[in-house]
Amino acid sequence: MSEPYEPVIVGFLCNWCSYRAADLAGTARIKYAPNMRAIRVMCSGRVDPQFVLKALREGADGVMIAGCHPGECHYVDGNIKTLRRFTLLKQLLRQWGVEDERVQLVWASASEGNLLAAAVDRMTEQLRPLGPLRWKETVLGRNGHGEFIPVEEVPAVEEV
Amino acid sequence: MAEKPKLAMYWAAACGGCEISTLNIGEKILVVDDVFDLAFFPCIADFKVKDVQGYPDGYIDVCLFNGAIRNSENEEMAHLLRQKSKFVVAFGSCAYEGCIPALSNLTSRQATLETVYFDNPSIDNPEMTLPQVKTRVAEGELTLPYFYQTVKALDQVVPVDYYIPGCPPEPEQIWAVLEVVVNALLNGGPLPPGGSIVGAGKVAVCEECPLEKNVKAIDQFYRPYDLIPQPGLCLLEQGIVCMGPATRSGCGALCPQANMGCRGCYGPLDGVEDQGAKMLSAIASVVGVGAAGEDEGEMAKKLDEVMSTLVDPAGTFYRFSMAHSLLQRAKVNGKQA
Repeated sequence: MSEPYEPVIVGFLCNWCSYRAADLAGTARIKYAPNMRAIRVMCSGRVDPQFVLKALREGADGVMIAGCHPGECHYVDGNIKTLRRFTLLKQLLRQWGVEDERVQLVWASASEGNLLAAAVDRMTEQLRPLGPLRWKETVLGRNGHGEFIPVEEVPAVEEV
Repeated sequence: MAEKPKLAMYWAAACGGCEISTLNIGEKILVVDDVFDLAFFPCIADFKVKDVQGYPDGYIDVCLFNGAIRNSENEEMAHLLRQKSKFVVAFGSCAYEGCIPALSNLTSRQATLETVYFDNPSIDNPEMTLPQVKTRVAEGELTLPYFYQTVKALDQVVPVDYYIPGCPPEPEQIWAVLEVVVNALLNGGPLPPGGSIVGAGKVAVCEECPLEKNVKAIDQFYRPYDLIPQPGLCLLEQGIVCMGPATRSGCGALCPQANMGCRGCYGPLDGVEDQGAKMLSAIASVVGVGAAGEDEGEMAKKLDEVMSTLVDPAGTFYRFSMAHSLLQRAKVNGKQA
């Protein structure tokens, strides 16, 4: 790769808080890392763990899930379901060898544009030292195809 | 009488349970014998690979392929049987989605070999002998199949026409499928659309399960040996991980009825790519910890405690579907997974 590594973060932002926080960060002209690709979902509880796994497999270096603070969910407790899933997902991802920093949960209300911007900045910097994930190429790989296989030499044994 | 259609059944990385289950269709095996000629069935009849190599392409009508693709020999046989067969059926969970062999995708090839040949308590291997792919001895060169890093499902190696899930598939389901095939071959009956999952239901195991569900939340998980479950009540609501909500029906909910949570062997439901992720969501819905008014930090801490009582989530949720899951294998840092 000739281009320097820039982490790719897929961000799932809830419609009612975090997406508006991102909007606010924009209108307030807050400068932050351009590494997050925002996807608007109606609620952070809409984020199926499959979305996260798929993003990681398809080339994302990290995934950010952002929603309203617990207690402030537009759907009462959607974000609490998110937190429950996320807690278990983190355990699962450790077993898959995915570092904790790669998948993060952030609470940002509609007025917290600065908080969301800071979270994206922080996550981008945390992902830099980890390097690219490139799941398909590095983890799935070629599975032994075309690999050089050495020949073991066993000397002849004298017959007894 | 015209020549009978040809049936083959082969095992790759498998335990042999699929063959047993096939023979368990009972006296109906006589019907199978009436309708088909065996072309290749290493478990019960003496065929050699060179017999298969000698067949013309498409000679075998139906090939029931069970077992995952663990090494280069499995892959070679998959290609050979695909070439020689009209219909290839991924038979059983291993061929369909990796099953137990694919659990080693959570670790590395090297770690698996070291565990098996050096580290197991019952192993005595002072010369640290490891099987080699090629070994030159005085008499010539000996070869062994290459042991892959990642276990694959059959359809990740060759195109597959039908899938029969289950570990093993239930005999009634096998017969139901064979009946359709026999009817198609003898009377020109209809075949299911290509690529479909046959010999299984369309709903979740919970729909078939007679245990009573009361929408009760839990705050701790138990392993099956930790407690004797209350009879007649949903196991998941008692804290025993049961894959029922995320698993395709077809077995008749046998395990939950014997007080063992569903293992998940019939695989994900239609439209689901990753069975484990769906199970994770289901678990999140039965855990009762966390309410709208609570402090954020407190809640996160309590949830951490609850979820940590669930031992080995990856191995539990992906016990049968690892090779077909979204991530497929763990990222291995050095020797450790």
